[in-house]
Amino acid sequence: MKDTQFTVVENKRIAHNTYLSVLEGDTSDITAPGQFVNIKLDGLYLRRPISVCDVEGNKLTIIYKVVGVGTEKMAAAPTGEKWLTLTGLGNGYDLSKSGDRPLLIGGGAGVPPMYLLARELVKEGKRPTVILGFGKADEVFFKEEFEALGLQVIVTTQDGSYGVKGFVTDAMDDLQYTYFYTCGPEPMLKAVYNKTETSGEFSFEERMGCGFGACMGCTCKTKYGNKRICRDGPVLEKEEIIW
Amino acid sequence: MVNTKVKLCGIELDNPIIPASGTFGFGYEFAELYDINILGSLSFKGTTLEPRFGNPCPRIAECDSGMLNAVGLQNPGVDKVIKTELPKLREVFRKPSMANVSGFSLEEYVETVRKLDTVEDIGWFEINISCPNVHGGGMSFGTSPKMAETVTRAVRDVTKKPIIIKLSPNVTDIVSIAKACEEGGADGVSLINTLMGMRISLKTRRPIIANKTGGFSGPAIKPVAVRMIYQVYDAVNIPIVGMGGVSNAEDVIELMLAGATAVEVGAANLVNPYASRDIILDLPRVMEKYGIKSLEEIIGGAH
Repeated sequence: MKDTQFTVVENKRIAHNTYLSVLEGDTSDITAPGQFVNIKLDGLYLRRPISVCDVEGNKLTIIYKVVGVGTEKMAAAPTGEKWLTLTGLGNGYDLSKSGDRPLLIGGGAGVPPMYLLARELVKEGKRPTVILGFGKADEVFFKEEFEALGLQVIVTTQDGSYGVKGFVTDAMDDLQYTYFYTCGPEPMLKAVYNKTETSGEFSFEERMGCGFGACMGCTCKTKYGNKRICRDGPVLEKEEIIW
Repeated sequence: MVNTKVKLCGIELDNPIIPASGTFGFGYEFAELYDINILGSLSFKGTTLEPRFGNPCPRIAECDSGMLNAVGLQNPGVDKVIKTELPKLREVFRKPSMANVSGFSLEEYVETVRKLDTVEDIGWFEINISCPNVHGGGMSFGTSPKMAETVTRAVRDVTKKPIIIKLSPNVTDIVSIAKACEEGGADGVSLINTLMGMRISLKTRRPIIANKTGGFSGPAIKPVAVRMIYQVYDAVNIPIVGMGGVSNAEDVIELMLAGATAVEVGAANLVNPYASRDIILDLPRVMEKYGIKSLEEIIGGAH
């Protein structure tokens, strides 16, 4: 964990209400896909926890939906603005369990962490299949980026305006996979939990105080005991989850 | 050279800075970031007789210049605290720590203190009679002078270590409660715990926090803390541990001028994990700026 200044070097809208920011700074403490960073913004008391979408050298990419004052400020930030950022937060996904054909399931704001995960898996010679779920066509993002990794990408939209009509679970029926990784809204995670037959990992979201395990503001119950989403998570194994 | 040393209930502190209970875990988490021996002391996570999960999530809501929390005293229970948490703290912290204790009955307070009393590394007890986030305990002991005095007397009987009673600001007259604690044999009082508050989501039209209400902390509450410390200082002869919205060295001086002997840093640790260290490192500069040679000299200086 490190608390350092990052500079916004790129900031753009990539889909309805969805923004991508590239930040430049010390990324050395980001060690696993599925981790998050916690960003301090001027005028707001608490930091904003945002999942890591990609890291390359000193460049950190994040993608977020504008849902409140914090993400509004982030989306409006000019390049050159500096954000004090805690990096290396959370446990991240465990790549060692993936098997040869893991399945990656991202829904909405849960899509970004799947990208670095996919990249790392490909680097290890794995061939993940990717399902990306959105509400409607204008919300879809990063399909091409996943395809550029040479992966099979299935997009679902709830209204059928793009790709398969329905939820991510509607695209899973004929897929063969060895393990799965998922991130998205809780109803989606629950549906994935019920649909999947292999083991897998879920990334959860919760309102956080500190983001590094001090305040106990985001604790949940698991079969392995109480866990702080920020520190012991955000990734939990399928076997430990209590809904 | 300025002198940052203060004496709290007979124990000397290198400086008056104490991370507040609930914002610093059991200390060792922060030792990954910096050498926590720089601290005056630390008040570890509120401990109860039995393990507690606390309240359902969401437990946190942001406010202007502060935050609400309704963690609800999540802790592994006193036995596990003694067996696993405090040994881990001891590995990284060689100063006396402050044991923050909560309860839901008089017997629970007494039993928890009795167990922790055997731990040598504990310098003081901070008895929390002011948690706003639990039902049927916590704050209910801290809102009546009679109850506050009763709790104080009960724990007084089972330990010789200094007892500091942590007071709630959610009362009509904090002075009468501080006096009752002094009457009951307290060695000090600490104030203020969080102010009970609520935030409502415009989207869901419901309180953001699952517990509905939460404790308000952060810079916004500092003037309330300063006022209450000032009033209590006038009324009691025991030391005050001041807290409430402290974010920098200037705030520390302000609370000490109001009457605090030591100062706890709370919510600031959550926003900036280095906050307590940064405040300590900046204290000499601010002392010099305001012509303060020794912090001991300024306690209650505003009166």
